[in-house]
Amino acid sequence: MAAIRQTFFQECEEQLSEMEMGLLAMDEGRTDSETVNAVFRAVHSIKGGAGAFKLTQLVQFAHTFETALDHVRSGKLAPAPEVMKIMLRAADVLADLVEASRDGREINEASYEAVATDVKGLTLVDGQEEVEEPIDFQPTVIDFGLPEISIEPTPEITEAPSHQYHINFTPHPELYANANETVLVLRELNRLGTMEAVCDASTLPSLEDIDPNGAYFSWSIRLTSEHDTADVREVFEFVEGEADLSIDSDGQAEVSDADVAALLAMALGNSPATEMVASETSTEANVAANQDAPEATPSEIQAAITPSAEAPKQDTKAAAAIPTQTTIRVEFDRVDRLINLVGELVINQAMLSQRVIEANFAGSSSVVIGLEELEQLTREIQESVMAIRAQPVKPLFQRMSRIVREVADATGKEVRLKTEGEATEVDKTVVERLAEPLTHMIRNAVDHGIESPEARAAAGKPAEGNVRLTAAHRSGRIVIEISDDGAGINRQKVRASAIKKGLIAADAQLSDSDIDNLLFLPGFSTASTISSISGRGVGMDVVKRSIQALGGRISISSRPGLGSTFSMSLPLTLAVLDGMAVSVAGQTLVVPLTAIVETLKPKKADIHALGAEGRVMSIRDTFVPLIDVGTELGFRNTATQPENSVAILVETGGGARNALLVDSIQDQRQVVIKSLEANYGTVAGIAAATILGDGRVALILDVDALVTGSFEDSLSGELRYGTGD
Amino acid sequence: MTQTILTVDDSRTMRDMLRMALAEAGFNVLQAVDGVDGLEVLQRSTPDVIVTDINMPKMDGFGLIEAVRQDSRYRKVPILVLTTESDSAKKLRAKEAGATGWIVKPFEPTKLIAAIRRVAA
Repeated sequence: MAAIRQTFFQECEEQLSEMEMGLLAMDEGRTDSETVNAVFRAVHSIKGGAGAFKLTQLVQFAHTFETALDHVRSGKLAPAPEVMKIMLRAADVLADLVEASRDGREINEASYEAVATDVKGLTLVDGQEEVEEPIDFQPTVIDFGLPEISIEPTPEITEAPSHQYHINFTPHPELYANANETVLVLRELNRLGTMEAVCDASTLPSLEDIDPNGAYFSWSIRLTSEHDTADVREVFEFVEGEADLSIDSDGQAEVSDADVAALLAMALGNSPATEMVASETSTEANVAANQDAPEATPSEIQAAITPSAEAPKQDTKAAAAIPTQTTIRVEFDRVDRLINLVGELVINQAMLSQRVIEANFAGSSSVVIGLEELEQLTREIQESVMAIRAQPVKPLFQRMSRIVREVADATGKEVRLKTEGEATEVDKTVVERLAEPLTHMIRNAVDHGIESPEARAAAGKPAEGNVRLTAAHRSGRIVIEISDDGAGINRQKVRASAIKKGLIAADAQLSDSDIDNLLFLPGFSTASTISSISGRGVGMDVVKRSIQALGGRISISSRPGLGSTFSMSLPLTLAVLDGMAVSVAGQTLVVPLTAIVETLKPKKADIHALGAEGRVMSIRDTFVPLIDVGTELGFRNTATQPENSVAILVETGGGARNALLVDSIQDQRQVVIKSLEANYGTVAGIAAATILGDGRVALILDVDALVTGSFEDSLSGELRYGTGD
Repeated sequence: MTQTILTVDDSRTMRDMLRMALAEAGFNVLQAVDGVDGLEVLQRSTPDVIVTDINMPKMDGFGLIEAVRQDSRYRKVPILVLTTESDSAKKLRAKEAGATGWIVKPFEPTKLIAAIRRVAA
């Protein structure tokens, strides 16, 4: 059962995501029946499962929500913006309730009462709450034919006296058409006591006139049983409406079905021409039901007898329908194991290649050709396996819309989140670890970026601000951008604040971009009071560090009055890396390809000394700091001669350029990343390690850390990450 | 002889619960995730009873029941509708489509099994 419970909550996650996606689509005007149905189904499924686990709060709220959605589905409620606003809030509450249920918590009902009331309000007809289908947690087997007349359970009779029943039962052809069987009904009835059944076959036509789908027998049954009428009735539950049935008990005559139907219809002011067939056990019960069951209103009966006539026809085109995909579920552990194994395979294949090269086979030999094929296949397998771990950023983006709503509400702003490229896929770990920095940036965008409606109006902008969240694949990386159409960065304020905090000198010469980048400094905050929204003790420096820890870069651009854009570029996977293998003091090192701008062969004249130890290199018209990797990492004590080396121009996360001096370039290759922290420890300037074809370990350079450790001044102090400090 | 039940439900939770309850009661259990999938399962195997949900993507319970009833092989296979819907119009519609019986979720395994035994020959 625990496993099923787990399945249920897993499924809830999917349903919630489906629901949110659908609601957002509806909010944007895509109200085709497929989309609305998908949302309805999601909420409905949650309710269904929750009922099985007796999650009362969840069931009740889901039911309320579902009722409103059903109104939209049936065209009774138009999905206007204000309606969608309530629905989106309801979606948030539902998500909270699911989470609380999963953790075994109860949520204070008062906390979502307002939303519940709003949702209920959606289904009010002329200020009157429409009669709701009662929700019943007790498993109930509901009969066909009669709309919502509750059967009062007959009180237990302690002595259980024996009853005499006389039952007349004439099946209609529909009974057989629906795969019910008289013989099974009789078998069931026989279990209740002593039974005597007489078959009347007088209407049976001659053989040539028999319709194989017809019904020709009727049965007269005498039953002596300790069971009460309700139990006897239950035997006929599935065949009601498909047979003429009368049950007399202890000589008490029972009104026939047709009579009851006519009576009921008359009492309700309807014509008796309806096809309704009553199912109550006695006249008294019927009358009582009519009096005591307010839900049996004429309108409802009408609804019951005109099934879904007013329901809109299924939109067969469903152009905007979201396709469901065929998937299998696999535990992540298994995928990770596979990835590890493929990693080993890649290394093994590289080693094999090396041996073959050493053995000096002819290029045309079958061994070499076979090896090339193996190499190709290995790479394909690796890519395919990596693709298994890839996940769309959609769920992540969906969570952001809620953040926007919450922050907008708390700050009294009107903000709309637009997302693009939700289908863009990236490694699962990247998706997971992006959640926090992204949340923070979205909060910032709404809290600091977007102005108040008044301020926007004053600036001639629409009251509603926009935050755009986009994802796209760009040259082997995923680029995620968050932009707002707010006021942009107030550079004067940022500068003043940085000076006040002693982060920069009062007379520092800073470009606009330099000032914008001050936001990434540790402890920097422009908010004059720490708000409960953005001021959570997490600054943009932490965001930047999280992004960099993922091998990503973040940059900012802002235009006064027009808004700001934060752009993040991240690797698609954390398991492999495209790198350039270089030699330094007899060691092989790997420089991540993403950091490399170009490689140069420096001339002596290009190198200039700066201070006691520093050197810069002139590249075309600019000077960049020159970092001697060999001495920086302690491989040797004396600096190398630049003219005998190769300079690799790299760009750090902050956009600063530096030249790394190495002895020579070996080649460009894809390497499988092996964590250094997990296997050894943190080393400054080294990001990770990999195993080369010859079995030796090569270190992968952490370019940003290397540059920071060497040259960066206080301005770029925020770049000191991942070096164990 | 062991009887085979085809359960059709888009909720994994529901399918798991059904499988557990039915297998415990000694039934063979076949599963399908929606109407289309259900029809596909029916191409390969012949269950003794079909238990289906109503609200499902691709093809809902009504569609499934209608399609099953149109297939001469399955005209006599009892179909029980198991759903959270307790709306009488829907019940009527299911009956018209050819449903044998209707059970409202959340179900009690004993009730469901009793219902299956009631309709299964």
